Amino acid sequence: MSDSSSPALSAVDLVKTYPGARGKPRIRALDGLSINVQAGTVFALLGPNGAGKSTAVKILATLSRPDSGHASVAGIDVLRDPNGVRHIIGLVSQKASSDPMATARENLVLAGRIHGMSSSSARARAADLLSRFALDEAAERLAKTFSGGMARKLDVAIGLMHRPQVLFLDEPTTGLDPQARTELWAEIDRLSAHEDVAVLLTTHYLDEADQLADRLAIVDHGRVVVEGTPEQLKAELKGDTVQVELATAEAIPGAMVLLSRIAGLRDVASVGASLRARASSGARAVPSLLSALEDADIAVSSVTVARPSLDDVYLHHVGRSFEVAA
Amino acid sequence: MSSALAEAATSTPELPARRRERGRLLQHSVYLTARSLRTLWRQPTFAAMTLIAPIIWLLLFGQLFRSVVHIPGFSTGSGSYLEFITPGVIVMTALFSSGWAGTVYIDDMNRGVMDRLLASPVRRGAMMIGTLAYQAVTTVVQTLIVFGVAYISGARFRGGVVGIVVTIVAAALISVIMASFSNALALLLRQQEALIGVSQFIVLPLQFLSSAIMDTRLSPHWVQHVARYNPVDWAVVASRQALSAGTEWGAVWPRLGFLAALAAAMAWLATRAFRSYQASI
Repeated sequence: MSDSSSPALSAVDLVKTYPGARGKPRIRALDGLSINVQAGTVFALLGPNGAGKSTAVKILATLSRPDSGHASVAGIDVLRDPNGVRHIIGLVSQKASSDPMATARENLVLAGRIHGMSSSSARARAADLLSRFALDEAAERLAKTFSGGMARKLDVAIGLMHRPQVLFLDEPTTGLDPQARTELWAEIDRLSAHEDVAVLLTTHYLDEADQLADRLAIVDHGRVVVEGTPEQLKAELKGDTVQVELATAEAIPGAMVLLSRIAGLRDVASVGASLRARASSGARAVPSLLSALEDADIAVSSVTVARPSLDDVYLHHVGRSFEVAA
Repeated sequence: MSSALAEAATSTPELPARRRERGRLLQHSVYLTARSLRTLWRQPTFAAMTLIAPIIWLLLFGQLFRSVVHIPGFSTGSGSYLEFITPGVIVMTALFSSGWAGTVYIDDMNRGVMDRLLASPVRRGAMMIGTLAYQAVTTVVQTLIVFGVAYISGARFRGGVVGIVVTIVAAALISVIMASFSNALALLLRQQEALIGVSQFIVLPLQFLSSAIMDTRLSPHWVQHVARYNPVDWAVVASRQALSAGTEWGAVWPRLGFLAALAAAMAWLATRAFRSYQASI
């Protein structure tokens, strides 16, 4: 049914518009988005709310149709054979997707039966997933009684029941407390060990993409701005990030001018009350930076030098800090 | 219960694809019907109310309007108002309960259940049949209970078992019609308050522009005229005829036929409404 040589997921030039408010032009949710996801890998779409991540997932999961462009899952065209695609995908949408009035086990078994599993193999698979996600003890409890973290684990388990080739995780950890988030990350990280599944993850958490993704694409205004492995993207920035926090925000414009004149500093940008710049060697740039600011009577509250983070990657490619955008 | 069917459907590829497809549609419908029945079972208060409400209506209306049978020209067939109103209350119960059918879809939409099912191999038809069959099963149980209470209260139906079966079929068809309408509204409006508002707005006139609790021959002329096109009246008249002593089958079969055709058409249209929902997400 699926062609082994084709990528697990492919989207080419997806465009999707929605009607705008009365009298307003249509909203362009996707504006030529293209991605390729290889089998067995985790691919993250990273971007702020409204960047078009969920729209892309909906099109790839056959829920929504693009205005133009092509998409396929394991070589099966989502527009020509949506039903073929539905057999090999699992969808964990942003909202809780378990039936609140069914127990965890019933939810899993029904999901398996819907995909044509026999009663006995659905029960066996459900038991396996319940223990893997540490939900055995809650197996006979109604899903509505689950905490946020447990409910999310159950959602992921439901999505995996029928051993899909592609699993969509649409903002899996939004709204979870830090501990539940770390737990779910560990589960997603372990997926590749147990399942032969490609994961398309959407997130607006930089650390989540950094931690989980084999490859990631930064999405902004409905298109991919840059794509690569987290390490590649950070390495491309070369050198260190120097962040200077000033005592007062009024001094920012003056300080920006001073910093851009310092040799060895580049890409100077302001983020709130702080300045950020890139340096081939942060340690060597800091002394001249500090003396320049001191000479101009600009008070500095802190200076940090760090290896580039995904936020720097985002700032570099999108032109604004992720923290401000998200 | 249908695991044998499931095995057969998955393990015999030489079976014609269409038949296999139909088998799967049926199977998915059964799973989803069972899911709804299980949910009802787990809400005992709600389950009890769906059974008690029609009993109260029967006894309340039966008492309240008891003397209308004495109005000259009122025809009951046998004389007791309780016997006259029993099919009326049964159809009314089917109508009112099914008006809420769409709330299941709205709950599923508010969670990710609807999206998950739409992205699974479950056909939209199975999602529709699942909720309609659940409503029909509820209606059958309600109908049997109303008959039981009517019997205890002294009502006797000369139409016998055949009359009861016709009434059950008519009530189930009304239930499918109204539930399809409610499901379609849910998919088009996608909002609980709007769904309930519109549904209640429709249900009451349908109920009163029929002979459910009043002989329409005593109503204004225009009411009689409207009732002739009202599916609720078709169901009430067919049931009442089938339950009476000298059933005029010529009044029963065409009405049942119209109800069945309308039920099929409404279910099909409601299934089409999934497109509207998907266009909105």
